[in-house]
Amino acid sequence: MFFSISLYIALLVFGLGLIYKVSNWFRYSIGTDAAEIPTSKRVSAAIKGIISTLFSANLFTLIKVFILDVVVQQKILRQNKMRWLMHMCIYLAFMLLLLMHALEQYVSANLFSDYYSTVNPFMFLRDLFGAIVIVGIAIAIFRRFIQKLPRLKTNSMDHYAIIIIALIMVSGILLEGAKIISHGEFQSMVEEYGDLDDEEEIAALESFWVAEFGVVSPNVKGPFDEEILDQGRETHEATCADCHSNPKWAFTGYAAGKVLSPMALGLDKVGGADILRYIHFLACFIGLAYLPFSKMFHIITSPLSLMVNAVMAKGGSEPANIATRQVMELDACTHCCTCSLYCSAGAFYSHFSNDNILPSEKMASVKALISGRDLSDKEIKEIQEGVYICTNCKRCTVACPVGINLQDLWFSVRESLLTKGRPELFTLTPLSFYRGFRKEDLDSAKYLEPLNKARQAIVGSHDLKKKRDEVLSVSGADKGFKDGLNLSDQANTFSVCFGCETCTSVCPVVANYDNPVEVLDLLPHQVMHSCALGMKELAIGSNMLWDCLTCYRCQEQCPQGVCITDVFYELKNEAVRVAIGKGI
Amino acid sequence: MKFALFIGCNIPARVSQYESSARAVLEKLHVGLVDITEFNCCGYPVRNIDHDAFVLSSARNLALAARQGLDIICLCKCCYGSLKKAAFLLKEDPLLRDKINGQLVREGLTYEKDVEIRHFLSVLYHDVGVNTIKEKVQRPFSDLKIAAHYGCHALRPSKIVQFDDPVNPTIFEKLVEATGAKSVEWPLRLDCCGAPLLGINDSLSMDLTEKKLNSGKQAGAAYLCTACPYCQMQFDTVQKMISRSRGTNHEIPSIVYSQLLGLSMGIEENLLGLGMNQVRP
Repeated sequence: MFFSISLYIALLVFGLGLIYKVSNWFRYSIGTDAAEIPTSKRVSAAIKGIISTLFSANLFTLIKVFILDVVVQQKILRQNKMRWLMHMCIYLAFMLLLLMHALEQYVSANLFSDYYSTVNPFMFLRDLFGAIVIVGIAIAIFRRFIQKLPRLKTNSMDHYAIIIIALIMVSGILLEGAKIISHGEFQSMVEEYGDLDDEEEIAALESFWVAEFGVVSPNVKGPFDEEILDQGRETHEATCADCHSNPKWAFTGYAAGKVLSPMALGLDKVGGADILRYIHFLACFIGLAYLPFSKMFHIITSPLSLMVNAVMAKGGSEPANIATRQVMELDACTHCCTCSLYCSAGAFYSHFSNDNILPSEKMASVKALISGRDLSDKEIKEIQEGVYICTNCKRCTVACPVGINLQDLWFSVRESLLTKGRPELFTLTPLSFYRGFRKEDLDSAKYLEPLNKARQAIVGSHDLKKKRDEVLSVSGADKGFKDGLNLSDQANTFSVCFGCETCTSVCPVVANYDNPVEVLDLLPHQVMHSCALGMKELAIGSNMLWDCLTCYRCQEQCPQGVCITDVFYELKNEAVRVAIGKGI
Repeated sequence: MKFALFIGCNIPARVSQYESSARAVLEKLHVGLVDITEFNCCGYPVRNIDHDAFVLSSARNLALAARQGLDIICLCKCCYGSLKKAAFLLKEDPLLRDKINGQLVREGLTYEKDVEIRHFLSVLYHDVGVNTIKEKVQRPFSDLKIAAHYGCHALRPSKIVQFDDPVNPTIFEKLVEATGAKSVEWPLRLDCCGAPLLGINDSLSMDLTEKKLNSGKQAGAAYLCTACPYCQMQFDTVQKMISRSRGTNHEIPSIVYSQLLGLSMGIEENLLGLGMNQVRP
């Protein structure tokens, strides 16, 4: 009664959770374009897409992906053999336990007419599968808590997943152990199946089970007479053996029983086996009910992501389906952190100490972002920066064992964050190349907005250069600034500038404009001169710095050996520091 | 001859024809390549914002190569320039090196022993040699005119990159001529392709690209030839974008040097990825 009620509750929660999560795939959206597609259109596009895929040659692609990527998981095998072994141990053995043991009355009993959970090979197999899962969990614990790879982050969901599976397994094994050694269990079996009346015969059987199979009895104790044991064996073979193999074959349970046996009688008295049964079942039901809300949801979403991504060729898909897929992919992430281990921007993560630079951590933040959770300004700023500090090398997407198209996800998230209003200074770096490269995929009316905003934040706040026609006073010169420009190679080289303007005359950017001062504010030689004068605001406030190609022509040709381009780099760094200091 | 191949970020995602053709060519020329999957970005893209982040990112790559006792071969000129610069700074400034090593050690890495950083073209010119290349050329071009584009970050600052004479470089032209093609004299051959500003100031970036395309075209070249993914994307995909947005039509295709050499060596066309180039002759 208790078990069926809790099972139905668990199933109900699981079902509702599933509906809720799947509905999110169609309700939430990532990026500005996706937000404009109504849910109804996304549902119908998905149905159309699924039907047309199932009735096309893509069906074979799906089958191939299912076998190679979902079942065999060849991608993980290629990347890391230990991880593959870990996951295979957990998922394959757990699936087999689910089918053979948890669903025995629906699966095993129908497949095998002679199925009995207490008879070999089933009794042995159940323990074997359990032991394999335990090995997998041990590897997972080793990887996450002992090996501690630098970018392998472990969050509460990872803890939960390990704990719930471990709890199911350990409680199951202890339950089995407690039953093996339980005298009460032995008695009820004798009563139910034994059909024995003779006290002496029962005592002999009991002695045999105590001696051979580890039952702990309050009545009989070894050493036993050979004769009694022979009699017991005879009875055992006549009445028990047909439906009960030697419990030693249930090797994990038997070992657990051996550990528990000093407490066996006490356990029996308090109904230890029953308590363990409650724990085992409840752990399973909690795992089931919470599955759609936990990392374990990947059991459903990861295969889906692999198969969907395999048939949705780039560019050829309906935008409505891409929008849905991108939300679904957030649920498919298992937080395995493979993306972060391969991330090309990984070294920036160690420098800028922003977790969102790592793709695996961005996934969680993006989830929070699109579900409309209240995020602080600081959190949003960190997500925006994290999404921008990405070299778009596609390694995360190629590496993802569940086929998530992470690079496209970042692209969508990036655009929607950039248009929300916070200036992103990293837009003024070559990280923007990819955005420019894919300009035609973006809303042309909004394309320049983030760039102007960043430029304004960093250049617009300096007033000195606006007083172009006035004579500037050098009394505001910042001696510390001049001495502070000291990055190794270029240390103070600007002080030897004699104003020949070679730098300016060879600069291809200057040459591109009829009236360069109008556009660039200061020309290269003027920037150098400002540095020499210690006019910090002037030196770091010009557009010239950010329109510099870094082609090094000026530096190469300077007769005085001034490291103009390198000084520019340093001034840009300083301008960024100043802007951040002002709270941008 | 064995190098750690540094392919950077753009090549695997957008210019994979460079990688496949370079691998094919180097194999035929008996240059061994080792892939270090832990390599990360060279740091170039964040140099505008944070000098130390740039050096750290570069240094991690140098440390990874040093751990295996390998020198690095770069295909990208911006990666080349960045790694060179970082290696120079780390050698010259012990304080900086200590600071960076303090961060690297968390991953069990350290950069002490110098690593040599080479560009694809300099390995071909100095280590393989033009004569060896000529011996491997089975189908030399006869009338093909090529405008070789050097790429800024390989050439300058010369004190650090030491690629070739910064004012009058010749190795790229000599390598082009090894394939039988003629290299043309063109006024803007040492100028920037415009890529560093794409996405930051598109109109300026495209102005400069157009000038380069025109210059090559007017010199009578049938192709521009590059050895850097940024330059190649700028002359190829971005050229198409320029045509669409500005209505100008330069119609000069660009080919990566490894593709050009591969063709003359008789390497299978699909290995060279010619179909990936956008602008067709």
